[in-house]
Amino acid sequence: MTATAERRPATTIFRRPRSTTGFWGWVTTADHKKIGIMYGYAAFIFFLVGGLEALLLRIQLSSADNTFLTAAEYNAAFTMHGTTMVFLFIMPISAAFINYLLPLMIGARDVAFPRMNALSWWIFLFAGIFLYSVLVFSDPAAPAGVEGVSGNLDPADNTVLGGMPDGGWFGYQPNAGPFYSPGTAMDYWALGVQFLGLASLISSVNFIVTIFNMRALGMRLLRMPVFVWMSLVVALLLLFSLPIIAIALFMVTFDRQFGSLFFVAEAGGDPILWQHLFWLFGHPEVYILILPAMGIVSEVLPVFSKKPLFGYAAVVFAGAAIAFLGFGVWAHHMFASGISPVAQAAFGLSTMTIAVPTGVKIFNWMGTMWGGRLKFTTPMLFAIGFVAMFVIGGLSGVTHAVVPSDWQQTDTYYIVAHFHYVLFGGSVFGLFAGLYYWFPKMTGRLLNEKLGKLNFWTMFTGFNLTFAPMHWLGLQGMVRRTAYYPPEAGFDFWNLVATVGAFIIAAGVLIFMFNWWRSKKHGEPSGIDPWDARTVEWTTPNPTPEYNFGVAPTVTSLDDFWHKKYAEDSEGRPVRRPEAEETLTNLMETGINPPHPIHLPAPSYYPILLAAGIPLVGWGIIYHTSFVGKLLILVGVLVVASASFGWSMEPLEEPHDEHGDSEPSGDGYSSLEDDA
Amino acid sequence: MDAAAAMDHHDQHESTGIDHRKLGMWVFLSSEFLFFGALITNYLLYQGQPGFARPYPAEIYDIPFTSFSSFALLMSSLTMVLAHNALARHDQHATRTWLLATAMLGSVFLGGQVFEFTEFITVGAMKLTTNPAASAFYMLTGFHGFHVLLGILMLLTLYGISRRQGELSEASGLNLELVGLYWHFVDIIWIVIFTVVYLLASVPAGVG
Repeated sequence: MTATAERRPATTIFRRPRSTTGFWGWVTTADHKKIGIMYGYAAFIFFLVGGLEALLLRIQLSSADNTFLTAAEYNAAFTMHGTTMVFLFIMPISAAFINYLLPLMIGARDVAFPRMNALSWWIFLFAGIFLYSVLVFSDPAAPAGVEGVSGNLDPADNTVLGGMPDGGWFGYQPNAGPFYSPGTAMDYWALGVQFLGLASLISSVNFIVTIFNMRALGMRLLRMPVFVWMSLVVALLLLFSLPIIAIALFMVTFDRQFGSLFFVAEAGGDPILWQHLFWLFGHPEVYILILPAMGIVSEVLPVFSKKPLFGYAAVVFAGAAIAFLGFGVWAHHMFASGISPVAQAAFGLSTMTIAVPTGVKIFNWMGTMWGGRLKFTTPMLFAIGFVAMFVIGGLSGVTHAVVPSDWQQTDTYYIVAHFHYVLFGGSVFGLFAGLYYWFPKMTGRLLNEKLGKLNFWTMFTGFNLTFAPMHWLGLQGMVRRTAYYPPEAGFDFWNLVATVGAFIIAAGVLIFMFNWWRSKKHGEPSGIDPWDARTVEWTTPNPTPEYNFGVAPTVTSLDDFWHKKYAEDSEGRPVRRPEAEETLTNLMETGINPPHPIHLPAPSYYPILLAAGIPLVGWGIIYHTSFVGKLLILVGVLVVASASFGWSMEPLEEPHDEHGDSEPSGDGYSSLEDDA
Repeated sequence: MDAAAAMDHHDQHESTGIDHRKLGMWVFLSSEFLFFGALITNYLLYQGQPGFARPYPAEIYDIPFTSFSSFALLMSSLTMVLAHNALARHDQHATRTWLLATAMLGSVFLGGQVFEFTEFITVGAMKLTTNPAASAFYMLTGFHGFHVLLGILMLLTLYGISRRQGELSEASGLNLELVGLYWHFVDIIWIVIFTVVYLLASVPAGVG
């Protein structure tokens, strides 16, 4: 993007924004913390949307032959529930954590490409809005741009809800192709997910360069906090799996809009190819969803066990091994699709193999807690909940590696139970642990502990009530993705229990929201080190100053902050150093009044402008047969092109008159903080 | 700014010693390999399948013509290196000349692709909608052409900056290197595509 940047301020379309506060301050910011916060709030709103969709599904399934939703509405609700939770909640809230914490944890002032970071965020937001704009624009009767196909949906399906994408978050072909999903809904899905992938790809490049290039002095790779390691692994997974889903989604869009024949079986196309491409992305995606939470838990458990992480290197390498093996197990999603016995055996074996590094992590977390002085704060409860629930989900996952058993389980509620235990009991609990743990970094206050514990136990109870019964419902043969089940099947009772559980989860989420809202204003002030933490991000005041660190930190060991506060006695027990309080006071002092001027990324209009062009192109492609569509494509391309051009002409840093010089290297920083 | 602050500021950058943008370009290109890998795989999967509506792409290739445009693209890598070399020698005039030459050779290739597509569609009667192999062919070569187009635009932007400022500054020198990396990547991918998709093309037995 900055390939053609020049140093001298040239003609720019806009004057460079100056404001760092208020509305424009947020819109034009390139500050990783503000971007992280925006990611977090947007993701949480989508979490509520996806949660509402889940409640609709649960209401429908609460009794046999229920008529709360039509079948079409049910299909749309489960499709958008999955798509929203995966792409619009867990991925972006993980991005929120990585954005906010990664630079702080490696002792940097921002990411390597601050403006590109803003670009990722705006593309994500606009892609999410684009995906949900289907509620307004979708027309079941609209032609998909393929000759001979016109809307033939049942008019009864033409409801607002039923007009949403309905081909599943996995978009299996040919069901999601032009013949079986006429109308425009699946085009919104294919392009929306495409744009979300673009946002993640840009982020992944940014994070990788940041981690490799911007570590504090002394922060060797094996001194990085585990969360940073997991961020690196996730970024690499994104980097290598997103191009594959990008191609697959382009193929779908081409099939639907331009009449190509990739997945049209009648013309020789191969629908199974879609499954291969989708899961070749989709399985690494599973680890993209879980690894950030594993990183968070690996930070939280040692702090509240008062012990270093047991087997740091093993945890790191297990994470990398999971990522590596994660590219070789995709076909276990396809055991029932007719792939050859050899492939089934191979993928069954590789799937069992991936349980090994996962098990290593579990044992390391237990080893961390073993013999520690455990403090059951809310983040700790969520972290322990993560470990426990992830073990259950992991074990049911291993049963899928056994091919005959998997045939029995495929497309039943057993699968639904399994992946909610790893994604909700796993990822979401881990992410909530992170929200409670790092809330002080963002606000300078603590979340209320009483409400926090209530929040945990409500969600924990609701979660198990919802998803545990699905194991036996699935083993009894209840199929997923179906709106109805007959009364004589005997599924009523446990489905009702699951529905009640879902509403208990919702209550837990409401408690969390209340706690957040109240603690932001009235929470207990946290001070600099509320948890007696171990890592570098806690060496700077709370809430984090704009420039992160008053003085760039130097790191001499793993858990550097801890060793600054604690020595060991002859038996290896931690003893607080006498100078620890002084160290904290000094950190507070230099954090609030930095001794030297500090450079911050300059704000810019171009990221949001460039991102705004992308959904225009998306709408244009969907309506490309009409004049409006062609116009939208043209306008979108012009917006993207002119924003890119303006961006590349915008100097990397503003010359700052106060100093009468400009930075010798193009590192994307500009001085905004001049009072020494 | 005093020296201590400058130290403070720069100490935390570039742990690897490689410029952020250069490292970023390498990382991005590693992802691009998977992008084209998936496209080429699609094509290989479909090219030899029997029973498609004819023609198969391999039936209507014009190898001599595509060899010519491939040669133009290969030569553009040479001129790209010459541009880079000229900038290193501070020969601004030669830098501009070679940049323009690179963009021109890229345009020759792109023009060749437009001609090829037109011929295939009108004379060869092979459209995107003819069969899955044709779909895969157009998508693969089309995305490659799009990459070439972006490269040409970047080259022309560099050329324009150089013209307007009278020189390419040191910072732009890095940009030239970045565009160069991208350009060579696009070139290398074409070597693979031309070899695998065109030269080693196969049609199912009984066809052609």
